[in-house]
Amino acid sequence: MEKSSMLRWGTACLLIFSLSIVPVGAAEKKPHKVGVSLEITGAASFLGEPERNTLVMIEERVNKEGGINGHPLKLIIYDNATDSTKHVMALKRLIEQDEVVAIIGASTSGNTLAGIPIIEKAAVPSISLAASVKIVEPVKKWVFKTPKTDALNITKLLTHAKKMGYKKVAIIHSDSGYGVSGKEEFDKIAPKMGFTIVGSETFGDKDTDMTAQITKIKASGAEAIVAYSASPAGSIICKNHKQLGMKARLYHSTGWASQQYVDLAGDAANGVFLSSGRFLVMDQIPYWSPYLPVLEMYKNDYENKFKLKVNEFGGHAWDAIMIIMKALEKVGPDKDKIRNEIENTKNFLGINGYFNYSPTDHNGLDLSSFVMIEVVNQKFKLIE
Amino acid sequence: MRAEVLTLNRSKERPLDIGTQILQFVISGIMIGSIYAIISIGFNIVYNATDAINFAQGEFVMLGGMTTIALFHGAKLPLWASFFLSVGIVTLVAMILERMTLHYQRERQVVNLIILTIGWSIFLKGSAMLSWGKDSFDLPSFSGSEPIQFWKATLLPQALWIIGVGVLISGGLHLFFKYSLIGRAMKACSFDRISARLVGIDDDWIVLFSFALAAAIGSIAGIIITPITFMAYDYGGMLGLKGFCATFLGGLGNLYGSIVGGILLGILESLGAGLISSGYKDAIAFMIFLLILFFKPSGLLGKETKERV
Repeated sequence: MEKSSMLRWGTACLLIFSLSIVPVGAAEKKPHKVGVSLEITGAASFLGEPERNTLVMIEERVNKEGGINGHPLKLIIYDNATDSTKHVMALKRLIEQDEVVAIIGASTSGNTLAGIPIIEKAAVPSISLAASVKIVEPVKKWVFKTPKTDALNITKLLTHAKKMGYKKVAIIHSDSGYGVSGKEEFDKIAPKMGFTIVGSETFGDKDTDMTAQITKIKASGAEAIVAYSASPAGSIICKNHKQLGMKARLYHSTGWASQQYVDLAGDAANGVFLSSGRFLVMDQIPYWSPYLPVLEMYKNDYENKFKLKVNEFGGHAWDAIMIIMKALEKVGPDKDKIRNEIENTKNFLGINGYFNYSPTDHNGLDLSSFVMIEVVNQKFKLIE
Repeated sequence: MRAEVLTLNRSKERPLDIGTQILQFVISGIMIGSIYAIISIGFNIVYNATDAINFAQGEFVMLGGMTTIALFHGAKLPLWASFFLSVGIVTLVAMILERMTLHYQRERQVVNLIILTIGWSIFLKGSAMLSWGKDSFDLPSFSGSEPIQFWKATLLPQALWIIGVGVLISGGLHLFFKYSLIGRAMKACSFDRISARLVGIDDDWIVLFSFALAAAIGSIAGIIITPITFMAYDYGGMLGLKGFCATFLGGLGNLYGSIVGGILLGILESLGAGLISSGYKDAIAFMIFLLILFFKPSGLLGKETKERV
């Protein structure tokens, strides 16, 4: 054979060979586009950042494994900088320009509530990662959420307080959307459970001292204090509570459930009760618990990939994208059908617990998604 | 076991009379007010030397706290060494910033200076976020965290440190401006820059020195409050704002006004939160602030404003 024809043959072989290693078909299927608007920077970046990381991690993994029924998953992620105007703009862009089939976001209650009218009008299924019960009550047709509601959180705390025999309770809450929403639920739930509310105080997340508020609560004769905040200010409350030598028990919401906040409060954190998801006390859950595998899987995946400590917030995003992908796998990129499929999600076990969505419940979780924790020796201890 | 816990927790809270409550509010107010006062002194030093408000003052406070945390938790230095080292570092940072930017403002237009300090504050905040992340950190209290009984009210040992350092700084500055050569030169500049220059005072160095001093004082404030309030990259803004209010309340340009204004603001906030409503805490403090400015626009101890010719 002469040289030039050998070259031609070689090239042809190489071409055929290179074609055969590209999976035929995968490139042809259109990607499923899911829009995301999160608080990646700004005041709530402690929520948005782990959530973004989680979503990126899942997108990579799913696409490596061949996508959803062969369709790659494409996440379009915008940073709304913890600003409701920017969140609304991001939603408009996702809906009109990017033409996504579902939306995840936002991480704060304030931003989510600001975006609901747009989502409802555009009729796009969406899953919020924020706490307030107002997001799902009354039920909005197109809006779901994965984090546990503040109403459930408070019910869990007060159930424990009742068991302890307390009758007079007070609340101290931050003036953020999270704190105010918690206070409103507290005002509704506590009297129904037979408690007398003797004090109600507020503080700013950047405040440096809450002794004035806690002195007032002390004077009111409260037996239990519910602190509702999702910032380091919650740790200052522990310190002030100890400084004033209070006998009233301190309860914290899930917003304070972070080892970092316990470390900040130091030994003043000991004896605090809080309710939170199982994520925090994963190491104390019995081996046979059905909740354990999914928690461990998420933790290992996240920590191996990012070399960062995982927290529960990212889990909200994990649940949301899983629920959306399950729907996409079943019905494809049809917004109406995806919505119905999400609403029919039954017994899906995520990071937050078992989800059972229904036409009247767009949160899908119940009290079983919470556990009670006590801080002992500055560590979280599962007590029930 | 459970029953034991129950009885322990059921023990009644001792009733708290209104006198004790007010005492507690005032003590807390003085503690927080001392911080505002120290921060406010920093504003005034720079104002006296340049006629400008240093918007990076709050960031110096933050930087002081964060640098100490890095040295103490990261480099494992003893607390006192971290304290002095980080005051030195923050002072140095302020001096470098001054030499690299403000120094070249030959005209010294107040607006330009203010905008430059805003630039610094954004730069410092951003750098702090990139180097230390967004989490809050703490430092151990300087001398234990067992509350001290004061009459029927309580306070933390760290509060005594804060008040004590506040007194030391204001006393030291009083002597500094009265007796030391450089202090008196700074004072001369604040009265009349051109005459000061005519008698041979190099006002360029005075500006540098004033920023260095303001940064040192700000960083001390940041370090001593960290055991109580923690520190994160974004704490500077709020503390700076409160110090700024204290400055205006006491009278811009007056060091003693800083002390009066800071402590008054702290007590007003605390009493407002305790006696009226914690929801309106800031509103009450700011309303009184506005009222004072309405009746005495130059602040409580400020000199009457006069037209400069």
